[in-house]
Amino acid sequence: MALQFSTEAEDQFQTIVSRYPNNLAALLPVLMLAQEEFGWISVEVMDYIAERLDVSKSQVFSTATFYTMLNKQPVGKCHIQVCTTFSCALAGGYEMLEYLEEALGIQAGETDPEHNFTISEVECLASCGTAPMFQLTTSDGEIEYFEDLDPDRVDEILEDLNDRLDELPDPRDMH
Amino acid sequence: MDEKILSKFFDRDDGHKLEVYEDHGGYDAARKAAEMSREEIVNEVKASNLRGRGGAGFPAGVKWSFIPQETEEDKYLVVNADEGEPGTFKDRQIMQRDPHQLIEGCIITAMALDLRYCYIYIRGELKFTEDIIQDAIEECYDKGYLGEDIFGTDQDLDIYTHISAGAYICGEETGMIEGLEGKPGKPRIKPPFPAIVGVFDAPTLVNNVESIACVPPVINRGAEWFANLGVEKNGGPKLYGLSGPIKNPGVYEAPSGITVRELLESPEYGGGMKEGKELKAYIPGGSSCAVLTPDELDREMSFEAMREVGSNLGTGCVTFVDQDTCMVRLAARLAHFYHHESCGQCTPCRDGTGWSAKVLDAIEAGRGRHEDLDLLEDMTGQIEHSTICALGPSLTFVVHSYLDKFPEEFEAHIEQGECPFPSWSLDDTKPAAAE
Ligand SMILES: Cc1cc2nc3c(=O)[nH]c(=O)nc-3n(C[C@H](O)[C@H](O)[C@H](O)COP(=O)(O)O)c2cc1C
Ligand code: FES
Repeated sequence: MALQFSTEAEDQFQTIVSRYPNNLAALLPVLMLAQEEFGWISVEVMDYIAERLDVSKSQVFSTATFYTMLNKQPVGKCHIQVCTTFSCALAGGYEMLEYLEEALGIQAGETDPEHNFTISEVECLASCGTAPMFQLTTSDGEIEYFEDLDPDRVDEILEDLNDRLDELPDPRDMH
Repeated sequence: MDEKILSKFFDRDDGHKLEVYEDHGGYDAARKAAEMSREEIVNEVKASNLRGRGGAGFPAGVKWSFIPQETEEDKYLVVNADEGEPGTFKDRQIMQRDPHQLIEGCIITAMALDLRYCYIYIRGELKFTEDIIQDAIEECYDKGYLGEDIFGTDQDLDIYTHISAGAYICGEETGMIEGLEGKPGKPRIKPPFPAIVGVFDAPTLVNNVESIACVPPVINRGAEWFANLGVEKNGGPKLYGLSGPIKNPGVYEAPSGITVRELLESPEYGGGMKEGKELKAYIPGGSSCAVLTPDELDREMSFEAMREVGSNLGTGCVTFVDQDTCMVRLAARLAHFYHHESCGQCTPCRDGTGWSAKVLDAIEAGRGRHEDLDLLEDMTGQIEHSTICALGPSLTFVVHSYLDKFPEEFEAHIEQGECPFPSWSLDDTKPAAAE
């Protein structure tokens, strides 16, 4: 099926493009929008964006593959990105990562078979004073920070997420 | 410091609203600047001793004076809101809590240098701040503070937010310009400098969020007042982010030039180390600065004082390290960071950071040899001076300073064949998630 932005995404697309003197400059925000809309950045999505912006496919590919937030593989409905960099490493970032890995039964870099959760280890998220912390990206396009975490708080967050799983689209099915 | 200049709304949840900002004298500075000549504004910023708050500490007014004035083409302001330097978390507070001070700073900067368009380049992870800033921008358009002929001048200004998608290197100003043009964030060879050939080939000023947020108070209360709040050559109040195992981590406003000891120990700021933790080291301004030891605690937080001891004020966000932390492991973790974030253009950086990470991992795991220490020093030494940007050389400062300040820890790993420190986790240092 040929890809197409929903009406709402199309409006956002037009707004984004209007902010720049040329279409190529809109590429990063448009790719972020496309990920919200289509779940992940497949080659098909890249081709669609190339066509919409009238820039070359190779240009879209080279940009899309450079930036780490753009998922070139589908992740789970809940993508938990744990900072273990510097201040976080000093303040329990690794312990929290392992706690999460155990709770979800997957390792950093993995997605569970149901595609509910993905855990990634990421670099400094500008939350160093509230370590340990993680960023949560859900397949409805929300990005949220959870800070000053401890095991109890992590349990609570996971419980809430489990309750929401039915409402969240599976990124694999989003295009 | 009693009066808060940069953080007055940090503990309120409505400071991002125009109404609240204006109740506190917001946009008075823009009105004042509208009555001043371009030259007067630039001279005021020069005299204020405002130094760039993004890490390099370049005098803001001097950088402004590099923007050509005789040209007819549209010129750009790019605000660096890509905050990604490990240990740094101060700009985010301004973006979240006080977006109007940032916007007012953009307005005055545009008036001073005839900048037609402004992009606020926000790291993708901080997307939730984009909504806050975007709302603030819209409030300004509604009031006529943005658009054509702002504040009764003949200056036109449009401000847009730009969202990035995850790349530390886009914090480097020319990497940022590439990202803003829709390309991979690979830094450009300089010269030409962005002031001459920047985004869309036009003259471009790149300043950090905190630098721009300092502009309204400079104009409102005068350069002399601002300069006097700091120390020689380092004007004004400063946001300090304190992290690590201390009692009160967080972002605090204090004068430029305050001592590290006061930041760490004062109950007003860090409150001292956590119970049972003893200070072993600190890194004054983000992970890219050389590490310092507790005998340097009385050093002032100024670019000059930090350079005297081979480090840097950087972003002014201090990370404190306790006695239980293994410095080899910390260096290894940082080597993985720089390797992961290297854009890959320059071989010394791309390969040098990776090999350094491997050698550091081996030492940490107890597989190191004595020769490895010289190898490390030599290998990281070859990164410095041979790359387009300062990302790779940051690892040189890290490795050289950790080796220099904590040689006994490296030796102990090699001699004992294992790490003598408690582990961070069940299976020690892991490389950062590769894609
Ligand atoms: C690898 C690298 C990363 C950087 N990251 C940032 C950043 O996240 N934020 C920032 O303001 N400056 C960053 N800088 C510094 C910018 O290149 C530039 O000096 C700064 O934005 C200029 O603003 P200022 O003069 O107001 O400090 C970085 C530099 C390098 C080499
Ligand atoms: S080191 Fe984890 S948020 Fe900065």
